[in-house]
Amino acid sequence: MVQSARFLLALLCISLTTEAASPFLWDSPYTPSDSGNVVFSAFSNPPKTLDPARSYSVDETQFIAQIYDPPLQYHYLKRPYTLEPLTLTEMPQITYLDSHKHPINMRNPQNIAYTRYTLTLKPGMYYEPHPALAKTTAGEYRYLHLSPTTLRTIHTLRDFKEQGTREVRADDYVYEIKRLASPITGSPIFGVMSQYIVGFSDFPQTIFKSAAYHRNHHYVDLRQFPLEGAKTLNRYQFQITIKGLYPPFTYWLAMPFFAPIPWEVDAFYNQPYLNEKNISLSWYPVGSGPFRMIENNPNARIVLARNPNFHGESYPTEGMPEDRQAGYLQLAGQPLPLIDRAIFSLEKESLPYWIKFLQGFYDRSGIASETFSQAIHITPDGTPLLTHSLQQKKIRLQTSSSPAISYVGFNWLDPVIGGSSERARKLRQAISIAINYEEYIGIFMNGRGIPAQGPLPPGIEGADFQRCNPVVYHCQGNIIQRKSIAEAKQLMQAAGYPDGIDLATHQRLMLTYDAAVSGSPDDQAMLDWYRKQFRKIGIILNVRPMLYNAFQDDVRAGKAQIFSFGWMADYPDPENFLFLLYGPNGTVKYDGENFANYQNKQVDTLFSYIKITPPSPARNQAIRKILAILQKDSPWVWGIYPINFVLSQSWVYPIKPNAIANNTLKYIKIDVPSRTQYQLAWNHAKQWPLWLLIGIIGVTTGLLWYFYQSRQNKPSTRRKK
Amino acid sequence: MHYLLKRILYAIPVLIGVNLITFVLFFMVNSPDDMARMQIGGKYTSEAAIQNWKIQNGYDYPYFYNEKVSGINSLTKTLFYRKSMSLFTFQFGLSNQGRDISQDIFVRMRPSIALAIPTLVFSLTLNILIALFTALFQNSFFDKAVRLACIALISISSLFFIFLGQLLVGKIFQWVPISGYQSGISAFKFLLLPILIGVIASLGSGIRWYRTIFLEEMGRDYVRTAKAKGLSDFTILINHVLENGLIPILTGVVVIIPTLFLGSLIMESFFGIPGLGSYTLDAIQQQDFEIVRAMVFLGTLFYILGLLLTDLSYLWVDPRVRLGESS
Repeated sequence: MVQSARFLLALLCISLTTEAASPFLWDSPYTPSDSGNVVFSAFSNPPKTLDPARSYSVDETQFIAQIYDPPLQYHYLKRPYTLEPLTLTEMPQITYLDSHKHPINMRNPQNIAYTRYTLTLKPGMYYEPHPALAKTTAGEYRYLHLSPTTLRTIHTLRDFKEQGTREVRADDYVYEIKRLASPITGSPIFGVMSQYIVGFSDFPQTIFKSAAYHRNHHYVDLRQFPLEGAKTLNRYQFQITIKGLYPPFTYWLAMPFFAPIPWEVDAFYNQPYLNEKNISLSWYPVGSGPFRMIENNPNARIVLARNPNFHGESYPTEGMPEDRQAGYLQLAGQPLPLIDRAIFSLEKESLPYWIKFLQGFYDRSGIASETFSQAIHITPDGTPLLTHSLQQKKIRLQTSSSPAISYVGFNWLDPVIGGSSERARKLRQAISIAINYEEYIGIFMNGRGIPAQGPLPPGIEGADFQRCNPVVYHCQGNIIQRKSIAEAKQLMQAAGYPDGIDLATHQRLMLTYDAAVSGSPDDQAMLDWYRKQFRKIGIILNVRPMLYNAFQDDVRAGKAQIFSFGWMADYPDPENFLFLLYGPNGTVKYDGENFANYQNKQVDTLFSYIKITPPSPARNQAIRKILAILQKDSPWVWGIYPINFVLSQSWVYPIKPNAIANNTLKYIKIDVPSRTQYQLAWNHAKQWPLWLLIGIIGVTTGLLWYFYQSRQNKPSTRRKK
Repeated sequence: MHYLLKRILYAIPVLIGVNLITFVLFFMVNSPDDMARMQIGGKYTSEAAIQNWKIQNGYDYPYFYNEKVSGINSLTKTLFYRKSMSLFTFQFGLSNQGRDISQDIFVRMRPSIALAIPTLVFSLTLNILIALFTALFQNSFFDKAVRLACIALISISSLFFIFLGQLLVGKIFQWVPISGYQSGISAFKFLLLPILIGVIASLGSGIRWYRTIFLEEMGRDYVRTAKAKGLSDFTILINHVLENGLIPILTGVVVIIPTLFLGSLIMESFFGIPGLGSYTLDAIQQQDFEIVRAMVFLGTLFYILGLLLTDLSYLWVDPRVRLGESS
């Protein structure tokens, strides 16, 4: 037993000293093979799918946006966000068609029945090496018709010895659009695209009726099913036809949903038995972008590496006037991507992530609320500054607004709080004043937010028109001051609720607030805070905390009276926020995203105009009008626009925040020698506790042995009775 | 053999019952529509998309009784039958994310075992070793100090050990990575800290329990006889007390051996170890019924197996025991 313990101890010491002798750090979470021109990053939630047709979450987009190339992308530096061709030779050519599909002039928008986008691809773009594209010497695809016996011997994608590639073609883009429409794929944007792309909504029925679907439920070759709204013209050209006018459609073309998928890849992954080995498009993407996935363990880490077949791109040479001074243009003209690999490690808990960042094992980090005070010091005037310890480490802080809003919605269908009556409007306005979001941001968000003045977050066109909400604030030039509770009480009185007492019933007004809770310790404090806000104007708030599922069911059924929700922009257009308040998009009647079920004829008319009109002064005028009506009607308490705080290590070249584009990994550059130096300086394994521990164990064992020997050698004595 | 067969047959209604309870509890909180929304994504989830997801994933059946069909089909063309009965043939199917569950379990079982078995072996060894010493030096300063330490260890939450371990060993001493996992030989440095914490967290209750067992054995007649024969205390302890004391210890350990495969929910989550514990926890959070039912089924099965092995281990360590006999 003692010998075994000695052996184990010796083994431990040898192992630790061997590590110490090597240049690698004891506490490094990486292996020697992970070194080099690599970005070290983390993800907190494993991706659910990496199929570009099915993925619709930030957790997934951070990977697939680096791998797949949709036709367009956002310019990295230009603001407001500007689309530019990515795989196209130029921006899509737009043709307007009448009901007979004859081209017509844009000057008569009322006659436009269809809009046709013609997209021309750059020639000479190739997919990453992949077994699905491997061919035999005879030109046949090597792995598309494997026998069940062969497939059973395959366990990972690496078991396919051969890889191949081929040029990206227009029909690959069309194939992906068909995948979006296919019921087999189950794309989350099927519903929204059915409203626009011609023939999209009927496509599932075509598939269901086909013999191929019934013959082979899993793989259906979509090439044999025409889709009217997506047609290949030639090797490099394809057309998408949408119903009516919908200028924001071009923004969708910058999302991975519209990236090319070769039919061979679909056929390859849908062979029997491969799915049983978890070899599927959901887990092994095939793209033509700057990176390819070389390791996919969604439960531990995901590794992206430079795609050897990437078509090439350069770092932008122009941006905004302030970009040069900020250092965003120092890499201008350099070929992309600027790194060889990116290692993303799963970090579910914020504390280990933070400690590893401080140890230099992550290049960038957000700031969790529990570590906020270690990172940020807020000055009396509200400016966030890095704490002294972080400044010493030369860590940089970057803040940027997010194109998102979190709001409190009033159910328009509710007889008390909803509807266009003056009484209900005044009640909503009084509540909007009472809920003090400046206080909320200070207490619960560490100052990381801006009180919202309307539905449009900063950076979205039209946001400047709602700089100050006159319903909630006193607006005098640049001075914005929240109205007093006395003014809110006046509104309550005007609404027929003096001091919160309903004159009709002589009872105190009680409203119900549905809140989705996560089980976080902050939940209760937050709900208490909301109760307190309503109490200020004499309203009793009945809070119903519930799990997200039940909450969603309540909101969708119109059972929630007051509720909290949020929205993150899909694209930087006001339409993507204003549609949340468009009547025909109401949740209860139309199963849409207007969770407040707000309806106002004037707003609906203006929105219909905004939706079909490209940016112009007239459109801006309509946005201005719509915002004024919304502020007056107050269907939401406008809530908060979140602010992102990101920390970067000194060895990371300046990165311009881009809240809309996701394919920004290619612009990141790392000073690797500097990182190594800092890591060595920040990580010294302390050996004394180990020796102390060994000493304590040794001394205790020695003492015990001594006492034991003394006891054994002591002559035995007879016990006295 | 008859006893074994009987126990195996008893297991079937237990497994069906546990399946039923899991099914009812899960669907009391989550409806198939909720699951569809969760999987499709929060935005633009139309009713048609939800229906399509349900059809694709087999959630378009009624829960227990299908009125639209007749005969046996009214029971088999139901959600409960289709989702639960296949488990008895170990066909776990695909998760809601489209991943093969059997394959995932096979892959994720390895990190769980790599964490659980060394933790069990080291904690068992250390518990027995210290308990033997405390029994040997009963009522000495050492014994009292260990007992006091045990009470302290029992009183402290395991989460505290995790935070303290990460802070001390990972952040301040910088001996090992604070969290994470890599397969192969690299796993060693990632597992060191969770194993250490697992062992320390088990010491309090383990030492006290084993000490009681050893003290009980030391009061028996055979120990007095051995002493009278002039054997040293150490020899008596190792050769006689330990051997007899191991019977209740081993039977207590055998019952948990099969469940080691299922991993540790807390340890794996905090240390980012991709084992079956974090697999189950993630599945619950993501409302993935396919994984939850498979893991609950396996958990029940392993527990039943553990109980069976315990009975058999009694037979092995104590020849006086006869299974299935009333007296």
